Amino acid sequence: MQTKPRFRFLPSPLHSLLLFTVWLLLNNTLAPGHLVLAAFFAITIPLLTSGMQDPHPRFHRPLLALRYVLRVLGDIVIANFEVAILVIRPSKHLNPAFVAIPLSITHDLPITLLASTVSLTPGTVSAEISEDNKWLYVHVLNLMDKDALITLIKQRYEKPLMEIFECSI
Amino acid sequence: MEFWVELVASILLVTGATFAFIGSLGLAKLPDFYTRLHGPTKATTLGMGCLLIASMILVTYWQGYLSVHELLITLFLLITAPVTAYMLAKTAMHHKLQILEKTTDKTLSKRAAERMTP
Repeated sequence: MQTKPRFRFLPSPLHSLLLFTVWLLLNNTLAPGHLVLAAFFAITIPLLTSGMQDPHPRFHRPLLALRYVLRVLGDIVIANFEVAILVIRPSKHLNPAFVAIPLSITHDLPITLLASTVSLTPGTVSAEISEDNKWLYVHVLNLMDKDALITLIKQRYEKPLMEIFECSI
Repeated sequence: MEFWVELVASILLVTGATFAFIGSLGLAKLPDFYTRLHGPTKATTLGMGCLLIASMILVTYWQGYLSVHELLITLFLLITAPVTAYMLAKTAMHHKLQILEKTTDKTLSKRAAERMTP
């Protein structure tokens, strides 16, 4: 499950691609000089930092990941409307709560992604992870049904992440 | 053509500004620290998103080249907002900030602060 460098001079191809794109976006250009500079950064920075990387699960199924990103972006829009309505309504209707969500997902990177998604989407902010990485504590702005919320997060966000990273249960 | 571009951009600007305002309003109006966290993490994200799309459309139209800077700002915003909220919530639990009386399962915050299982 862990990443092994497949090519000696390109230890993490995805990071290289990311660096290349981000450099071009930063400069808002496709000029040949910047292409060369971006390629230089994309090759040297992963080489210099490869020793510092923690092993993390390999990234499988890019199409599923794309679908996940699009779904989260859509959910962010919906969550925005919901929170906006809750903010405008008088606060006495609010029903805030702390909820502990049991995690089936393992490894730091997928858990971080799940916690960030949970903070951005359904009226929840992730607050803490238990030391054994088995429970995610979230604060809910307006709790309707605790079990429904846990099922929603597990089905809608955790399951696709587990498939993307192919974490075993 | 110009009219339509400006119309779309202005609609996006007004929507974006409204959401950014609601996010800030939440920060001022909601009753306790934890509920206040929800304003900036959510309402502001969509507000900023609308403003950035408006900026992309206008700059692309006026300058004549595709402007994609804004995508990068969105990316950084989406990465930093949850991390900030997480750090703030964690700090709040350690300082034992007052939690709204009617919050369900208030005691969970103590377990969470110690990073124990519930």
